[in-house]
Amino acid sequence: MVFKDGNLAVFEPAGTIAAKERDLMVITLLLSIFVVVPVFIMTFFIVWRYRADHAEAKGREYKPDWDRQLSVEAVWWGIPCLIILILAVITWRSTHQLDPYRAIDSPKKPITIQVVALQWKWLFIYPEQNVAAVNYLQIPEDTPINFEITSDAPMNSFWIPQLGGQMYAMEGMTSQLHLMANQPGTYSGVSANLSGAGFADMKFLVRASSGQEFSNWLKTVKQTHHDLTMDEYNRLAKPSEKNAHYYYSTVKPGLYDTIVNKFMAHQDMSY
Amino acid sequence: MLGRLTLDAFKHDMIVMGGVATMILGLLSLIFVITYLKRWRWLWKEWITTVDPKKIGVMYIIVALVMLLRGGADALMMRAQQALSSGTSHGILSSDHFQQIFTAHGSMMIFFVAMGLMFGLINLIVPLQIGARDVAFPFMNATSFWLFLMGAILMNTSLVIGEFAATGWLAYPPLSGLAYSPGVGVDYWIWSLQIAGIGSLLSGVNFFTTILKLRRQGMKLMKMPLFTWSVLNAMVLVIFAFPILTATLALLTLDRTIGTHFFTATEGGNPMMYVNLIWAWGHPEVYILILPAFGIFSEVVATFSRKRLFGYTSMVFALAAITLLSFTVWLHHFFTMGAGADVNAFFGISTMIISIPTGVKVFNWLFTMYKGRIVLTTPMLWFLGFVATFTIGGVAGVLMSVPPADFQLHNSLFLVAHFHTMIIGGVVFGYFAGIAYWFPKIFGVKLNERIGRYVFWSWLIGFCTAFIPLYALGLMGATRRLDHYDASLGWQGLFIVAGVGVLIIMLGIGLQVLQFLISFMQRRWNRDRTGDPWNARTLEWATRSPVPFYNFAELTPISDRDAFWEAKQRGIDLRTPKTYTDIQLPKNTPIGFFIALLAFVIGFAIVWHIWWLAIVAFLGVIAMLIIRLSDDETEYIVPAADVRKFEAGEQPA
Repeated sequence: MVFKDGNLAVFEPAGTIAAKERDLMVITLLLSIFVVVPVFIMTFFIVWRYRADHAEAKGREYKPDWDRQLSVEAVWWGIPCLIILILAVITWRSTHQLDPYRAIDSPKKPITIQVVALQWKWLFIYPEQNVAAVNYLQIPEDTPINFEITSDAPMNSFWIPQLGGQMYAMEGMTSQLHLMANQPGTYSGVSANLSGAGFADMKFLVRASSGQEFSNWLKTVKQTHHDLTMDEYNRLAKPSEKNAHYYYSTVKPGLYDTIVNKFMAHQDMSY
Repeated sequence: MLGRLTLDAFKHDMIVMGGVATMILGLLSLIFVITYLKRWRWLWKEWITTVDPKKIGVMYIIVALVMLLRGGADALMMRAQQALSSGTSHGILSSDHFQQIFTAHGSMMIFFVAMGLMFGLINLIVPLQIGARDVAFPFMNATSFWLFLMGAILMNTSLVIGEFAATGWLAYPPLSGLAYSPGVGVDYWIWSLQIAGIGSLLSGVNFFTTILKLRRQGMKLMKMPLFTWSVLNAMVLVIFAFPILTATLALLTLDRTIGTHFFTATEGGNPMMYVNLIWAWGHPEVYILILPAFGIFSEVVATFSRKRLFGYTSMVFALAAITLLSFTVWLHHFFTMGAGADVNAFFGISTMIISIPTGVKVFNWLFTMYKGRIVLTTPMLWFLGFVATFTIGGVAGVLMSVPPADFQLHNSLFLVAHFHTMIIGGVVFGYFAGIAYWFPKIFGVKLNERIGRYVFWSWLIGFCTAFIPLYALGLMGATRRLDHYDASLGWQGLFIVAGVGVLIIMLGIGLQVLQFLISFMQRRWNRDRTGDPWNARTLEWATRSPVPFYNFAELTPISDRDAFWEAKQRGIDLRTPKTYTDIQLPKNTPIGFFIALLAFVIGFAIVWHIWWLAIVAFLGVIAMLIIRLSDDETEYIVPAADVRKFEAGEQPA
């Protein structure tokens, strides 16, 4: 009842990155179990065997002054060192392989989507297609998506659990995230970092579809005739909650860069 | 005249008014009881002006337990909100109120519960355990406590007058900056932490010096008991980490009050710098809390296994390794900020390296029990509960130390479950073990064991019920700090279970209070006349219980690590003095209390921009310090003849 399909999001990946991240978690868990299980068994065994009344009755060995033995101490410095060494290698490699800034290898041409966290909604700009959407993200499957992420609001974190890990959205700068959906479907996206009053409703819907459906969606959006001008953006950027999905058929050229750079306006760049 | 303080600051909704009413009622009944029992003079003479670390320790623990009730009430409201606010229901709290509550919960629990229990136990035990009569700077020690208390009172004042921060317990800018949080909430947060934090730093210096300079003759560094070692390490961390907190809060204050741009996104400021700085303090802070708990377990396990601690040298080096490494991992709190893969991998690996010395400690404790004679008293139960929970929490921690895994777990309820496992299973269980273990030493009365067991089981079962669902919710994609969520996500059932868990923990807290009351009522039967009820090993047991105000009548040199145990084995009586000498002790003084009171006024005045008052109070602090520094007679002598009478159980004329 509790776990419906798609509900255990982190362990039900629908994207390349999320799948690799899940595998990494499983491997790490298995490695940790090598230490945890012996600890649990030893604790239970030792307490059972050497609890005072029981141990006295059975005449178990009692060595009150035994307080060191290099060989056994070497074992429990050594084995954890070994496990951490293995884990360190895995960490080093996976951190580079799954670096959010690293482009995903694919024969298909990637799509760039610019993400702006606002109070309290997400604006997605498709610079190449010259459209934009609020709280709704349509992407084609099996196509790498290059997200460029910024914020015109307190810090947020851009997270689509079924597609892969999150990335902070911060004012005045761009962070990057590369994701790829490998099956069609509808996934939920959230802000994972507290950003004020409307934070809980700062959610968006991700629709991963065939390339054909994606093109159709673009056509539909183009027919809405809503223009994301500077004025319209300034209106949109005002605090509001529970915004419905909304689409823009054109976007003011360079809008994303304007948003990123507006925090630099008074800054002396000469040094 | 009153800055931004107007009558509006006293207007609240029903739920806050309820909290305010409870607080005021509690305060009034306390005043009534003290007046009725005619105890004001006693309170002033014996407690408010005291510089005796044992009394200061008791006060720390009382404050911490009261704050635990407040923080627990916050937890209960958060869980009630999340259990109810599924789908169209928005529960009982507005989002702003909900956010204030979790901010208060986190700040309260770390600064005033965990730190309070820690400094309480350190005050009670460290001087005794190193065989000293006092701390290095007794007046400063009292000042630290009163600053701690005034910080706590200032934070609670925000409930009555104004509002609290709604930013999360570490108040990241830009959210905590003037642009997004113009109210007084963040200022309350800053100043209660600032005041308490300075108290902590002073305590750090004090106990660091105390341990290095005041040890009993013969107690070489490598003969110090493990609790003392763990405190020494924790104090090193305090001394290095707390100045970072003070400076960071000061910079945030400047941003908020005089319009500087350290942490704003505009004008060349950088919020990422704040996040780095706050965690450069925040991560060591976690180890400041856990190291003394490790120390307590080392004492408890050795005593109740009737065996020397296994791998002493390993244990000391493990502590030192953790201390060093704790300054090299802060970035793991924000792998998702977009640092490069090299940086993330470095901090991920240094994080997992900490699990090596920590694991070594666990194995050493297990081998201390091995071939021993284990007595399963309540302190031992807390230890076993710790091993079970801490290991699981450790696995979750290792999982999150791998950056790509962390991208999927960060800021989710999985993270919340992880750090509560470490802090409840490690810190809280450790300090409760310490309280049960040392209670007879301080009060001369053993705690009721049976109720102690009920307390333990309530906490353990309550903890599992409250936090296992949170691990699952995190994997389901539930982020922390949500005041409501969609019904279709299927989270509500788990939130309800978690809420029941909090209720069970509250039952444990209630039973704990009951345990103190019943043990007090049964004190005739529970009285410990031996001074050594557990057949223990270290010096704090080599004096009477309750401990006389001068701790030890005679400072006999020692030669062994488990000094008291060895003396018992060799039939040497460390307790009965052979010769009596005059004992020099510090005089009581109210100056520490007054300084802290003025610090409270400074904090309150700055929160509300009442600048003249802040200046007056600041000059008051300077005046107090001058008065104190001009006093040449801060100590008095207890004559040898009086010591002899005290030891014989008589009152000198």
